[in-house]
Amino acid sequence: MSPALAFPAVDLGALLPALVVVGTAGVVLLLDLLPPRDSKDHLGAIALAGVVGALIVTVWLWGRGVETRAFRDMVVLDAFALFFAVVISYAAGLALLISIDYIRRHTAQAGEYYALVLFATTGMLLLASANDLIVVFLALELMSLSLYVLAGFFTARLASSEASMKYFLLGAFASGFFLYGIALLYGATGSTSLDRIAVAAADRSPLVLIGLGLLIVGFGFKISAVPFHMWAPDVYEGAPTSVTAFIATGSKAGAFAALIRVLVVGLGALRADWSALFWALAVLTMTLGNVVALAQTNLKRMLAYSSIAHVGYMLVGLVAGGPAGAGAVLFYLLAYTFTTAGAFGVIALSQRMGEEAVDVGDYAGLARRHPVLAAALALFLLSLIGIPPLAGFVAKVYLFGSAVRAGFVWLAVIAVLNSAVAAYYYLRVIVYMYMREGEGAGADYAPSFAGGMALAIALAGVVGLGLLPAPFADLAQAAVAPLLR
Amino acid sequence: MGPGLLSAVTFLPALGALALLLLPRAPAGALRAGGLAVAVATFLLSLPLYVGFDGASAAYQFEEQLHWIPSFGVSYHLGIDGISLLLVLLTTFITPIALASAWHAIEERTKEFVATMLLLETGMLGVFVSLDLFLFFVFWEAMLVPMYLVIGVWGGGQRIYAAVKFVLYTMVGSAFMLVAILALYYQHGAATGVFTFDVPTLARWVVPPGPGQTLMFLAFALAFAIKVPLFPFHTWLPDAHVEAPTAGSVILAGVLLKMGTYGFLRFCLPFFPDATLAFAPLVFALAIVGIVYGALVATAQPDLKKLVAYSSVSHLGFVMLGLFTLNQQGVVGGLIQMVSHGLSTGALFLMVGMIYERRHTRLIADFGGLWQVIPAFSALFLVVALSSLGLPGLNGFVGEFLILVGAFRVDPLLAALATTGIIFAAVYMLWMYQRVVFGEVRHEANRGLRDLTPREWAVLAPVLLFIVWIGVYPVAFTGKTEATVEALLQQVQGKATRALAQ
Repeated sequence: MSPALAFPAVDLGALLPALVVVGTAGVVLLLDLLPPRDSKDHLGAIALAGVVGALIVTVWLWGRGVETRAFRDMVVLDAFALFFAVVISYAAGLALLISIDYIRRHTAQAGEYYALVLFATTGMLLLASANDLIVVFLALELMSLSLYVLAGFFTARLASSEASMKYFLLGAFASGFFLYGIALLYGATGSTSLDRIAVAAADRSPLVLIGLGLLIVGFGFKISAVPFHMWAPDVYEGAPTSVTAFIATGSKAGAFAALIRVLVVGLGALRADWSALFWALAVLTMTLGNVVALAQTNLKRMLAYSSIAHVGYMLVGLVAGGPAGAGAVLFYLLAYTFTTAGAFGVIALSQRMGEEAVDVGDYAGLARRHPVLAAALALFLLSLIGIPPLAGFVAKVYLFGSAVRAGFVWLAVIAVLNSAVAAYYYLRVIVYMYMREGEGAGADYAPSFAGGMALAIALAGVVGLGLLPAPFADLAQAAVAPLLR
Repeated sequence: MGPGLLSAVTFLPALGALALLLLPRAPAGALRAGGLAVAVATFLLSLPLYVGFDGASAAYQFEEQLHWIPSFGVSYHLGIDGISLLLVLLTTFITPIALASAWHAIEERTKEFVATMLLLETGMLGVFVSLDLFLFFVFWEAMLVPMYLVIGVWGGGQRIYAAVKFVLYTMVGSAFMLVAILALYYQHGAATGVFTFDVPTLARWVVPPGPGQTLMFLAFALAFAIKVPLFPFHTWLPDAHVEAPTAGSVILAGVLLKMGTYGFLRFCLPFFPDATLAFAPLVFALAIVGIVYGALVATAQPDLKKLVAYSSVSHLGFVMLGLFTLNQQGVVGGLIQMVSHGLSTGALFLMVGMIYERRHTRLIADFGGLWQVIPAFSALFLVVALSSLGLPGLNGFVGEFLILVGAFRVDPLLAALATTGIIFAAVYMLWMYQRVVFGEVRHEANRGLRDLTPREWAVLAPVLLFIVWIGVYPVAFTGKTEATVEALLQQVQGKATRALAQ
């Protein structure tokens, strides 16, 4: 007698935002085969429409307030996943807006670029709702593989190929760690489902602890926490700037979503263990990121180290834990996405004699040549420093406040001192733009309507989240509620 | 004058700045006139605050409160008492004068300069009127950016170094303060169940004495001590002053430094009374060192602007001494000295700026015999120098005298040591004046100097009016503050004894 085969209920509703995006990716791939061959702008527009569609669906689902579980709880579409879906949609949308003219200008336009961005977005969306380690792994790979290709999209440029190769090799390495961690956890608990791991992992067996450690190594690579950050500067520098913006925002949001869910839902019983580990990782990450950023003259590299430092700040919220800490991380990611996408957007929209302007020196005197572009970059950098009343400030206050509340006062002190150190290298860019005169040809604005839109949206986010943070902070709090039941 | 007046005063300059920035190209003269008009309008708008302020009441007046981030206990809460009233008026008074002084000194990027100065005014006013710690911190930090730009874009040769140093110093201080603000917020919330950044609410609560209170006090005190600047945190000040354009120096000396002393008075004293009492001897020592050291270093300066900058270190030492005496005379004296220093030192920077515009040098050795060439300038310069060194009948005397009385009540030795600062002040001021103004004209370039222009008269006259007014009739100003100061001191003493009784 074989037991009756029970098919799990298939509820595609739990995948709705991801389905919208992946469907659009299919359309883009198909239309890529049709003429016109020389212009692919319309594909960018369609991809953008798909991302906006996902955003609308997400907001609609949020409004309904129903939590959907599907595929035997492997995928959960709760408030947490929806909040991240919003962040990821914004990251993808801004990256696409930046891309359209940027990619054409650098003569690398192709339909598959937009399809790959959408595939990566799908992976990120799945990461946010994955409630099973296997789904986490699949989503992580979908996202990463797409991004490896995107990083090397400027095939004619050596740095781009190197970035892609490096990203791929180290990323594959990290995936190995991750998979091994899953295997150990499965061995110890007999399941890959986070809900069931939560029950079985409470005994803190050595196998579980090793599995936890390996998972953290894997996630550490994806979020570029020190000491797993080595790929980040080279990849950020070599990849097309639009892709860098996407890697810095979307992939971090996705990885953080999965990291928080795995830790809080699956391994919440081991909180004392991973909290101590992240305490050390947070200090290392923000300090090393900021100190090395001090020495950078390449803007993309500087922002790469700065984004490492910001990961350190976010880990502070993870250490603090609880609704306050997790909510603060979510709000920080939202603020960080607008700010970082905006900063990379400015770089993508700047050119120096037809080439990308990436050296700090290229920006000397920009305030005189193009005051609006300079003011936009200045505002993004000030938000990254954490100057009020911009988004970065409120986000930092929430984050460090949660640490103080949980009793991690010294961690908060280290974090705020790091912010003060960071002020130096952000201000240096402002010094160049406003206080120095350019010698020879400097960076100038490469006209782009879509790129301008991206900057406007990012600016609205940076200023809006800073002046009126309350509704968004409350949403972030509501988003972490289902995790901490 | 109904509610909303404080908001109007605070944000009018910022609105003016935005309007200027959005304007297309306009002639520089029109931009300057527009900026000046906004600043003057702000001053006029702030006058009802003085008239309508009830000096007999210690309560916050002109209060406004709106929800801002309710889930985090942050509200948009404004209000002034006898402490902030004078500083608000000082700010609205100094800003138009600083703008008018820059009429010809700033020829580049005029639009941005005027807008930056107006934004700076909003930031400073916000610091003084905020009754919510979060809001206060927002203004405190936001104000850094315009000041950074004023020094870094329109400053002298070493402007970038000075600007970055100014920002980094301040940011390190405020970093600790931010953590302390959050700690206070959560401690208060845990103890009372009310999570709020509201300053009056927090001030009513007694922070349990112990290492927690001490650390929070130190964190706040560091931020404010850097801003004051209290010796040994003063090293950013000479750089910032020397490199800043005249208008920036005037604002820096006139208002910005007062944000530090104001912070001590508004937050450190009422929030952390036990720590305040415990650390008072240390503050006294640092204040006395600052008074004497600032004066001695000022004596040795060859550069006029540096001399005035170091004299600020000395004068602010007096203010700190007065505030921490924790008696009526000392604190009121400290408050009056804050305003006086703003006026005298502001005027000194204005006049140094005027002479610099004519000769493009600030070295004392490059002058001499100015009395023969520009008598009107020399006469006004004398009045300002005498007011700075504390001649009775002028503003500087009132504050210093009250502070010394207050210090004497604490410890006669303290008063004796501080008095040496007054003697040194006479030395460096009069010696400087003698070398610049008296004697023979030693440099040919000085023979052709023009005396004060009508515009410069218009810039200096209002300052001189107040210099004499405060000196002759200080009650017009002390009368508005005494009730507040008394209530504050009672609160500090009462809390400290209650904490001891526990």
